[in-house]
Formats: sequence, structure tokens, C-alpha cells
Amino acid sequence: MNTKTLIYIFKRILLAILTVWVVITVTFFVMRAVPGGPFMGEKAISEAAQAALEAKYGLDKPLMEQYTTYLKDVVFHLDFGPSLKQRGREVMDIIIDGMRTSAKLGLIAAAIALVTGIVLGAVAALRRNRLIDKIIMVITTAFVSMPSFIMGSLLLILFAIKLMVLPANGSTAAGLVLPIITLSLSPMAYITRLTRSSMLDVLGQEYIRAARAKGVSPIRIIFGHALKNSLIPVITYFGPMLAYIVTGSLVVEQIFAVPGIGRAFVNSITGRDYPMIMGTTIVLAVLIVVMNLVSDILYKVVDPRINLE
Amino acid sequence: MPKRIFSLHVDMDDFLPASAEDKAYMVKMRPSSTFFRDGLKRLRKNKVALVSFWIIVIVTLSAILLPLFWPYAYDTMLGITPGKPVDASYNNLKPFTYGYTEQMRIKEGEHIFPHVFGTDAQGRDYFIRVVYGTRISLAVGFFASLIVLVIGLTIGSVAGYCGGVVDLIIMRIVDIIYSLPDTLMVILLAAVLKQSSLEKLIEGTVLAKIGSNIISLFIVFAILYWVSMSRLIRGQILSLREQEYVLAARAGGAGGGWIITKHLLPNCISVVIISTALQIPNAIFTESYLSFLGLGVNAPMPSLGSLASDALNGISSYPYRLVIPAVVISLIVLSLNLFGDGLRDAFDPKLNG
Repeated sequence: MNTKTLIYIFKRILLAILTVWVVITVTFFVMRAVPGGPFMGEKAISEAAQAALEAKYGLDKPLMEQYTTYLKDVVFHLDFGPSLKQRGREVMDIIIDGMRTSAKLGLIAAAIALVTGIVLGAVAALRRNRLIDKIIMVITTAFVSMPSFIMGSLLLILFAIKLMVLPANGSTAAGLVLPIITLSLSPMAYITRLTRSSMLDVLGQEYIRAARAKGVSPIRIIFGHALKNSLIPVITYFGPMLAYIVTGSLVVEQIFAVPGIGRAFVNSITGRDYPMIMGTTIVLAVLIVVMNLVSDILYKVVDPRINLE
Repeated sequence: MPKRIFSLHVDMDDFLPASAEDKAYMVKMRPSSTFFRDGLKRLRKNKVALVSFWIIVIVTLSAILLPLFWPYAYDTMLGITPGKPVDASYNNLKPFTYGYTEQMRIKEGEHIFPHVFGTDAQGRDYFIRVVYGTRISLAVGFFASLIVLVIGLTIGSVAGYCGGVVDLIIMRIVDIIYSLPDTLMVILLAAVLKQSSLEKLIEGTVLAKIGSNIISLFIVFAILYWVSMSRLIRGQILSLREQEYVLAARAGGAGGGWIITKHLLPNCISVVIISTALQIPNAIFTESYLSFLGLGVNAPMPSLGSLASDALNGISSYPYRLVIPAVVISLIVLSLNLFGDGLRDAFDPKLNG
């Protein structure tokens, strides 16, 4: 690794930290800008009770003091404060609870998307302009432009209501099959297209011709020479894929009633549970920013020729 | 007449009238073609893009024209007549069936316009709701892209043209906004703007008719989505401003604003149009996503996303109510994407080779 790469990595990390700080700050001030504050909208409470509640949650202090306290709590203690709606529970505990299910969901979906996407992409590239390539391209084009909530709803109708082979409720293990498929289809389609185009690119390179001229078998050329290099662009998709899965899980968990972080987030929005909204936004945002960072750095390290600036 | 070399004497042979052969040589083989016409020709050859284009035209026209003569309105609950108890027979009608009073009237020989997609749980004609939803989604997509275009264009061209500190500051801001997880921020802003006093702010103006939620959607787009557009424009301007004709214009005394609007922007217009075209499906996507989460348009106004979200409640009995908006959204987004791709292939000079 040369100094240029190190400087790039350093810059990239700095940007990521700055982004996280912006996320926390924006979230904090946007939430404080909501008229009425967190205790409005429910049944009318007396002035004294309102003041007592505000004192309890520290809302009576000056805004900047609240901000610095919040920043300190979040950064040093990972503490987002107590939830306003689920009495007696810390936001962090609810997030960790939800993450257990959501992480399982997301990781399996990502793994499926990667494996099937790469295989289908390679097949499409090797059978370029044949029937199978065309079928794969048509299907992936359709999947890429289909919103996750549409995909989820259609799968729900087809498999849970019409065919009745899979449960519609995602609170059991079997019930996670449909949400996982829903979340994996669009990234899979994207990875397929990515792999296909980069595979075609690699197959046109000189060293592949050299290998073929040397008499290397086609199978060895594909798996030993072409595949590894054509997977480099896929690395750049790790970050966007995680972002897609996170945002997709918000609606997918809603559709299939999965008890995960996405559903908790959406419920906290409709329930105006401000600490919960802030906490979840920050945790998910940090997750996405870190993943983007990792995939950018990995991309640079794997292929130092790439100039990212 | 023999001509001495280096002589400044005019060669009279050059002034002889052209023979028929010379004239035939000068005739153009085909009319000269402009860049735009070339692109159009390429676009016409692209069947996928053409089909997508006609689908977009048909969907758009029917979204605009159908409500004009359709006998039902999107917010009329057919079972409710003033002064009478609610007629529940109008709720949840299957396609091409009629409510109780309508059946009576049909028996008397009257012709009743059919409910092509039936009615929803509140007795509203579903077909016209889908048409209206399509209209809203298309309008949001179009205007949001327009906003993104205007902001991105302005900031991008200023950053690209000015360079130096201005460029540095703008691009660092762009970098940060670009690395924000956009959908999460959109949800956050939409959720807050929905609660805010936007409604009072726009009361009495034209904006009130559109509804506060759509306005907040536009605000969200204006804040978050201009960055990639301005990056693109900046890159274009950066490479264009080093060209000689810009130097010539500057030597002629042209100011910065003049050079940007008269020389630089027209030259990156194709890139701008293409990325705007590709921004529209993106905006429709986001709108339907937010509507699905309940952060989109104000009820009773439908959008394709909110229709799909409403349909989830009765999904086991009326699955077609979800399938219809789902198909319409996918069709719109898919054809806009394919048409945008076609535009790029036809008009991007870098790909022409």
C-alpha cells in the first residue's frame, strides 16, 4: 500500500466521521423543530405534569446544552435515552432486540443475492446473446425497477394467499422465507447485471486470449482467470446493497409483520416516539456509512490502479 | 497564361464559370444533419426505447384526459347520499358489479357506467382512483426532477465555472450530502414536515391545493437529490471551460454568467436531459415508497403507493386491488428507465465513438 492509498483511506474515514456527525446533528435539530414537542397530541395534560415530564427527559434545558449532552451520550455511551412510548425500555435495547431478527434477514438476503447474482451474471456473460442471456436480462430488468413493497406484496399474494405454501406472518422461522426472497431479488438482479457487464469486459482482455492460446480449458479460464477480476466492481455495490436492504426492510417487515428494527422504526414514526426515531435513524445511517466506507476502501485496496478521485 | 511562382498576380482561371461537372461535384449527397436529428434517428431505431416512449405517452395522456369525462370522482363515496343512511352495498364492489340503487336503475332500463375495477372499502370507484394516483405519481416525479434539475444546474455550473475555494466548499458539502443515507433522511424529513405547521404556511395559496405532504416531498427532493446532478454538471463544465471558444468569449469581454448560460450549458444539455429523464422514475419510486409508509400524499388524494398500501388491509379478499397499482407503478418506472437508457445511447456523444 503506497502513501497515496493511505491518504485516500484517511480522507475517506474523515468524510465518514463527518457524515455521521451531520446525521446526528440533523436528526437532533430536525426532531427538536417539530412543533409541540414529543408530549403533544396525546390527551391534554396539565402544565405541571408537562413541566415535570420535560424536566425528567431534560427538555427544559437550553437547546445547545441538550445537544451536547445528546452527542456525548450517543458517541461515548451509545445511549439514546428511554423510549417515550414503550415505557421503561431503553431505545438501545429495542434496537438491539430488533436487530437480532433484521440482521438475520438482511445477511441471508445479501448472501443469496450475491451467490445467485454472480452465478446468473456469469452464465449470462458466457452465453451472450443466446436465449438464456436474454431471459436473464429481461427478468433482471423487471426486478431492478420494481419497488420492494410491490415485490413483497405480490409474493405475499402469490405464495401465502393463492398457493398457501408459505406463511404470511414473519414472526416464525418459516415466515422469514418470503421477506428474505423479497429483499434479495432486487440486489440479485443488480449484481447479475454488474457481473455480466464486467465479465464481458474481462473476457475481452488480452490475458484471457493468452490463456486460451496457451490451451487452458474454458472452465479454468472462467473460474481461474476471469471470475476473480470481474468481481471487483461488485465490491462497490456492497454499500448500496446494504442501503437497499435496510430501507427495503422498513416496508418488507411491515408487509410480513416481521418483529424487526424496520417495523419498530415505522411504528415509532407513526407513534411520534422521538428518541426511538432518532436512535434508529442514527444506528441505521452509521451502518450504511460504514458499509460504504468499507466497500470503497476494499475496492481501492483490491485494485490499486483504480483512481477514485 | 503562364504564372510565375511567388507572383501575387491573380490567377484568372479561378474565376471561370463552373462547368456542369464541377457543379455536380458540389451538390450535397444528403442534407446536413444536426446533432439533435442524428440522435433522434438513433432513438427511432431503438425499438425498446420507442415502445417505452409510447407507453409513457399513453399512460400520461390517459392520466390527464380520463378524469375529464369519467362519470365518477376519485373522492365520491358512492354509497353516501345526503339525507339518507349509508348504502353499504357500494363498498367493496367486485369489478363490473353494481350497488343496490344502481341495480334498481338498471332494471328500469337505465344505462349505468360500469365500475371497471369495482370500488374500494369506502365505496369509491377504484378505476378513477388508480387513474388519479397515476396522475399524482407522474406529476410528483416530473416536478421533483425539475426542481432537482434547476438546483443541480445552478450550483453545479457555479462550482464548475468558479473553481477554487467556491468549488472546494460546494463540493465538500456535496460529498457529505451524497454520503448521507438518502432514504433514511427522506423518511425523517417527511415525517417531521408532515407534523410541522406547513399547512398554515401555505394556506390560501395555490400550494394549499396540492397538499402539504406533496410540498414536503418536493422540499425533501430539493434538499437531498440535487447533489448527483450538480456533480455531473460540474464535471462537464470543468472540461468545457478549458476549451478555446470560452477563452475567445472571455477575450471578447463576456462575463461569467453569460459564458455559463450561452456557451457552457448548451454544450452539456444532452447529459442534463438524460440524467433528468432517469431522475423521474427515481422520484416516482421514492414517492410511492413514502406513500406506502404513510408519509406521502394527503388522504383522500390517492397515489399509486398509498393505493397499494391501502390494499394490504383487504389483501386476501381483493388481491387485484394491490396488483393493479403495482402493475402500473412497475410499468411506469420500467418504461421510463428503458426510455432514459435509450436516450443516453442515442444522445451521449461519448458513447458514439
